[in-house]
Parts: sequence; structure tokens; C-alpha cells
Amino acid sequence: MNEEDLICIICPTSCTLRVCKELSGSLRVEGALCPKGVEYAIREVNDPRRVVISVVKVVGGDLPTVSVKTSKPVPKKCIPEIMKATASIELKAPVEIGQVVIRDICGVDVIATRRVKKVNSIYLFKL
Amino acid sequence: MLELNYDGIVIGAGPAGIAAAIRAKELGLKVVLIENRDLLGGIPLQCVHPGFGLHYFREDLTGTEFIYRLFDKMDKVGVEYLLKSHVHSIEFIAHNEKIVNVITPKGVLSLKAKTLIYTAGARERHMFEINIAGDRPAGIYTAGEAQILMDMYGIIPGKEIVIVGSGDIGLIMARRFALEGAKVKAVIELMYYPGGLIRNVVQCLQDYNIPLYLSHAVTRVVGKKRVEKVVVAKVDEKLRPIKETEFEIPCDTVVLAAGLIPNLDMLEKIGLLADPYTRGPIVNEFLETNIPGVFVAGNALVINDLVDYVVEQGELAAEGARYFLENDGIPTMDWKPVVKGRNIRFVVPHYVSGRRDVTFYARVQYPEKNVIVTIPEVGWRMKMFNVRPAEMVRVKLSKRLLDGASSAEKISIEVAPSE
Ligand SMILES: Cc1cc2nc3c(=O)[nH]c(=O)nc-3n(C[C@H](O)[C@H](O)[C@H](O)COP(=O)(O)OP(=O)(O)OC[C@H]3O[C@@H](n4cnc5c(N)ncnc54)[C@H](O)[C@@H]3O)c2cc1C
Ligand code: SF4
Repeated sequence: MNEEDLICIICPTSCTLRVCKELSGSLRVEGALCPKGVEYAIREVNDPRRVVISVVKVVGGDLPTVSVKTSKPVPKKCIPEIMKATASIELKAPVEIGQVVIRDICGVDVIATRRVKKVNSIYLFKL
Repeated sequence: MLELNYDGIVIGAGPAGIAAAIRAKELGLKVVLIENRDLLGGIPLQCVHPGFGLHYFREDLTGTEFIYRLFDKMDKVGVEYLLKSHVHSIEFIAHNEKIVNVITPKGVLSLKAKTLIYTAGARERHMFEINIAGDRPAGIYTAGEAQILMDMYGIIPGKEIVIVGSGDIGLIMARRFALEGAKVKAVIELMYYPGGLIRNVVQCLQDYNIPLYLSHAVTRVVGKKRVEKVVVAKVDEKLRPIKETEFEIPCDTVVLAAGLIPNLDMLEKIGLLADPYTRGPIVNEFLETNIPGVFVAGNALVINDLVDYVVEQGELAAEGARYFLENDGIPTMDWKPVVKGRNIRFVVPHYVSGRRDVTFYARVQYPEKNVIVTIPEVGWRMKMFNVRPAEMVRVKLSKRLLDGASSAEKISIEVAPSE
């Protein structure tokens, strides 16, 4: 029987969860104060996921970057692929919050989380 | 149109200031919001990670998304504001008259107001405040500076990073560096427990295999032009570095995440009384300081980990300002001091009247499991599985509960072990 200790990251209570693999193959979770923790622990063992955040270059805007996030948590092993994709693109201002920046990567979209206004003056902070 | 006389001037346009200005405007006050930078928004504008607004908007937003929601609200209400306008000093003329001197692109202005809402945030602690000796080469940043460079301007300040301090800001920056392909060699923490939330230790450090050294200190930075390495040592129970345990970590960048301190210099010059534990002002339940008509909210009041509480404080300060204007001053009341009991490091506000609802914000001194937080005078108790210095304890007491303590001389808050 396998045992693993995890800390639930769903809410700040941060319960310590013990996940035991029964001989039958099913998982048993102890220590969760609410059902969300049980759900989290099972997913964390089988298929851990995270929301990925980054910034993407923008030209012609009031800021030279826009912040982005994945529309949903993605499998942890997809993180490098997403970071590579966000590093390799460049957007033109304006950018609106919620705008899709990369469509359908690892089963999710990458969306903008900041607004970048279009400006005509040229920003001299070279990237 | 910029005028010279206001009911209220709000200083600093982070979430606290924006929330205060919106609320003040909604309550019918003639108010102006003054911001130093060329952008509104304060810290959340540079926070690209989620974890904002769970209480206030009931959604998990990034700092940027959160602040744009507030901008939209501000736009609806039509708040007047100034950008690139640095409040340089404040003069106290009378209980209902203050002068705010502002350096603006159009010259120096002196604006008059009956009340001030001070929301200028906090500053980051620097190297000389945390006893790091050695060289002062390029490559030393505070976490906030590194965050602005990376997340607003797209510049990664280094390749091999050592982070000093394991508060949430340090942990979040460790993850940002790791995501952007920099190597985070270590996070060094003086205390025996992490400064930030456990969930951030998991998501920011463990996810990226970043080592966390608890009970360690950076004693020296070494480097001629650029940082070359840091010297790290274990500390004893009195937090003094143990010489024999010293070791070196090669790196090109040191990021200081050693905590925030409320930014109050301007108010201290006109006689503000501060609490040595919060490093913020001593306030009553309206968040009014000892200077009549001067209200403080957000990180200038107390270092907050949740922006939701910051917004709540901003709104409360605006309500306080309105009450002040209606009564030509906050009426004299039978103020009860709020007293810290067992395992409470600080609590805000410091005085309450017992005649209205009050929200207390407190932090514990040390982590503890299975406890009861109590306010004995009103018979209030809350069971908690964990209390940690990193997590603010927020307690809301209704007027009705407080009525039961009308004869009490004080209100005390304490953490008791649960049986
Ligand atoms: C790295 C980091 C991560 C965080 N993560 C989270 C999180 O995940 N979730 C969450 O809820 N909260 C988080 N917070 C906390 C939250 O962002 C802060 O508590 C909040 O921004 C404080 O708001 P404020 O308005 O008091 O101060 P600030 O946001 O600092 O705003 C103060 C404003 O005042 C202006 N100002 C200062 N001096 C003057 C002057 N003399 N004249 C004119 N203007 C002036 C400044 O330019 C600034 O715009 C985080 C904070 C940091 C630093
Ligand atoms: S198990 Fe429930 S209560 Fe415990 S940390 Fe997870 S979400 Fe929070």
C-alpha cells in the first residue's frame, strides 16, 4: 500500500492530506476538512494541474507586455510548452482583458489579463 | 476641473485609494484621488498571478484582472484623479482643514481638504535593514522591483537567483523566475517556519524543486561589478548566524523579499502616532488616526496579504470621512482600547466605541494548531485548525454582540489552545 502526504492548495486552511492507495487500486484521502480537498488530492496524484501565468510582448502599446494566464488549469507537464509558446509570440496593441492570445494549446486557451492601450508614441525601453 | 478645495483628498491610487475614492464619491463627497506614478492601480497592476478578489468579487482573479475591475467601477462613478502627482507634504491647519502639497507636471499645487484618506501603501525593506554585509554590486533588487521589471516591462533581471525571505512575495517571485527559465538556487528564510502561505510553498517552491533554507540568513553579498555569490549561514535560536555553518551559493542576482513597512513618513512629520507592531498608525474604528480627519487604509494602515481586506478598509475610511463631515469631526466617544492577549502580535483598530459593527484585523506571533480565537468580553469564539503569522485573522463583530460588552472597559482578543 502506497502513502503520500500532500498539502491542499485550494484554500488557505492548507489541510494536510494523506492519500493511501488501497490494494484494489482506489485512493483513500484522509485529513481533508471538505470534499474539495478529497477531489484535489485525487487529481494531484493522478493528474496534477496548474494555471500557468506569464507575460507576452506587445508592440505599440502603453506597456511593452501584457500579462496572460491559461483559461483553465493545465497538466503540469504542459507548463514548458506553454511558456515556450508565450515567449515566442508578439502582439499588437490594443489588447483587451479576456482576449485569446493563443488558441487551443494543451486543451486550453491563453488569455490576456491586462489591458494595453494603443499609443502612437514609441516606447524606448528596448526588450 | 481641478479645484483647490475638497471634502476629501485620497493620497495614493492603489486598491485602497481607488476603493476609498469610489465610496467617497458614492456618498456624495467632493473628492480627488492623487497618484504618484503615471498609472493608477498600485501593486496589483504588477501582480500577474491569481489569488485576488476571492472575497470581494467571489472569483479568483489575477492582480491585473482585479484592478481593472476596480478601474471600471471607478469609471462608472466618475472619480476625479491626478497622475504623475507626488504628494510631497501635508500641513495640518485645523481639525477640518489640511493642506496637501503636490508636485505635478503643471507645477506645485496646494490643495485644501477637510479630510484626508491616506492610502500610499508600503515600502519594501532594504538590505541595510536586514543586516546583510559585503559588496554592493549590480544585481540586487527588491522583489517589487524585480516584479515590475519582469511583469510590466518584460525584462528578466538575472539568470541565477537567490531569494532572501520566504514571505508570499518571495515565493511568488521564485515561481515567476523559474517559469521564465531562470534558475532559482535557493530561498533563504531566517525563521524556522516559512513566512508565506503553505499553499504558496507548495505551488511556488515544491512544484519547481526550489530549495527552501529555514533558519538561515544571508550574511554577505560578494561581487565586484555584478553579484557573484552570497554567503549563507545557519542561525541559532536567537537568530544569530553561526559562523562555522557558513557556505556559499554562486548566483548573479539577489532578490530581497524581506517584508513591507507602511509608508508613513509624511504623516509622522505632522505628529502621527504609530503602533510599533504594525508599524502603521494607531486608529479608531473609522480608521481615523490621532490627527483629526486623517484616515488611513490599505498597506499604509497594516500590511495586508489579501487585497479584499485592503478594499474593505478603503471603503470604511471613506465612510469615516463622511461621518466626520456630517458631525464636523468624529464625535467624542467612550473609546474602549483593544487589547492583545495570548499569541496576538497586533490587532487593528486600536479603539472601538461598541456602538457599531467593527472588523478586526490581527496577526498571531507564532504558528499554532487547534486553537480557539476568542474575544471574551462579548463571548465570541472561533475554532481554527491552524493559525500562522502569514495569515491575517479577520473578525467581524456586530453592534449587537458589542452591546453585550457595553460596560467592559476594554475589548481583548486572544488565541487559546483548544482542549
Ligand atoms: C508581490 C505581491 C503579491 C501579492 N499577492 C496577493 C494575492 O495573491 N492576493 C491578494 O489578495 N493580495 C496580494 N497582495 C497584496 C495586495 O496587492 C496589497 O495588499 C495591496 O495592493 C495594497 O494596496 P494599497 O492600495 O494599500 O497599496 P499599493 O497597492 O501599494 O498602492 C499605493 C499607491 O500609492 C501611491 N503613492 C505612494 N506614495 C505616494 C505619494 N507620496 N503621492 C502620491 N501617490 C503615492 C503609489 O504609487 C501606489 O500606486 C500581494 C502583494 C504583493 C507585493
Ligand atoms: S480540504 Fe477543504 S478546507 Fe482543507 S484546505 Fe482543502 S479546500 Fe480548504
